[in-house]
Amino acid sequence: MLDFQGYGPRLLEGAWLTAELALASLAAALVIGLVVASAKSSRSLVAKSVATFYTTIIRGVPDLVMMMLLFYGGQIGINMATDALNAHLGTDWFINVNAFAAGVVTLGVIYGAYMSETFRGAFLAVDAGQMEAARAYGMSGWLAFRRIRFPLMMRHALPGINNNWLVLLKSTALVSIIGLSDMVYVADQATKATHQPFLFMVPVGLGYLAITAVSELVVLGLKRRFDTGFSQAT
Amino acid sequence: MEQWLAHIAPFLSDNAIFTPSTLAQYWQGLVRTVQLVFISLVIGLCLAVPMALGRASGRAWLNAPIWLFTYVFRGTPLLIQLYVAYYGFAFIDGIQDTRLAFFINDPVYPALLAFTLNTAAYTAEIFVGAIRATSRGELEAARAYGMSPITAYRRIVLPSAFRRALPAYGNEVIFMLHASAIASAVTITDLTGAAYYVYARFYSPFPAFIFVAVVYMLLSFALQGGFKLLEARMLRHLKPG
Repeated sequence: MLDFQGYGPRLLEGAWLTAELALASLAAALVIGLVVASAKSSRSLVAKSVATFYTTIIRGVPDLVMMMLLFYGGQIGINMATDALNAHLGTDWFINVNAFAAGVVTLGVIYGAYMSETFRGAFLAVDAGQMEAARAYGMSGWLAFRRIRFPLMMRHALPGINNNWLVLLKSTALVSIIGLSDMVYVADQATKATHQPFLFMVPVGLGYLAITAVSELVVLGLKRRFDTGFSQAT
Repeated sequence: MEQWLAHIAPFLSDNAIFTPSTLAQYWQGLVRTVQLVFISLVIGLCLAVPMALGRASGRAWLNAPIWLFTYVFRGTPLLIQLYVAYYGFAFIDGIQDTRLAFFINDPVYPALLAFTLNTAAYTAEIFVGAIRATSRGELEAARAYGMSPITAYRRIVLPSAFRRALPAYGNEVIFMLHASAIASAVTITDLTGAAYYVYARFYSPFPAFIFVAVVYMLLSFALQGGFKLLEARMLRHLKPG
């Protein structure tokens, strides 16, 4: 019973892929989110409108459609680009899109848009006097960001990041539709082969709940870290 | 530049893809998507209200099972829930001979079941939050007027809670529209399924998927606009000035 009809090892591999995919996409989304949030609060009109356009589009289109577009379109688009370059330069390049990388890019691009909204709000919540004080101490722009703005901002951003992360984690299930063998994909294949849906779907569901439970502990630790210096009364 | 144009031109002039027959496919997909989303939202809302009341009642035997239900449905991917509903009944021996056969012969029914329970879980949590945010003073005033708990709920707590829940519920509706795209994973030809069909038939991902992306975007913006108007009406009393 517990060897899952021989699918046990593959399910574990799938769970590992889900965790890797989720963490890599989270990293991508955080970087994209920070960049886009900076673009939105910059004075450049071009940067601002490009960033707004990006987040508006992402929030209007379902994850799955975005994923299919980048997944199926990505290879063709890259082929078209390399073909054009090859014709130009007389080279013979070919880039094969790796499914895992495509998944990370897609999820990163989608959740980067949501993260940017969280970061933008958090940037605004940092008291302007803090940055003035940092400048008065002679800190450079990067040092002031690293020591003052980032830690202060994270206190406000953490709940939003946590929400986005939980949605992202569940969105990783969609990659199974496009053929990446995450745990949902393995469970789907196993169900079709053995006709025992509950044997596979229920443990996979519990797998997601387990990842969520672990991440809640991490978030609690981070919250404590970023709450230092603020009283609990508020 | 000319080379780029040469690449783009076929997409613009070549209407081999958007023929009346593929457009009809998209139209049927749109109808399916709207049906799925609308029906599951309506039934989900009807289930969510009693669940929210049970959760806010403060009785552990009511609260605990509903909490578990919402925790599981919000904590696992909708795709898993869809697969459980889809496969869970299909492989029961002899189900074809029972009255439940209709349920497995058309994948729309399992999809409706999964979507309905999922949106009910999210909506119930939105409502619980809104009910709990009722200010103490309003409840005290209701009691001072001699209202019974039921009357106080009906006249004071629920109307203001529904209003407070409106923005979050609007997000949930759009979330549901986007989530419904996974119906295509169980062979339902919704909007995304239609796009996939067109992509597979012509092997041209960009026109096929960008077209549905725009349709979804228009639907989302229409819903967003609708909720903005509704909020402007219902939350008029909170407007400054």
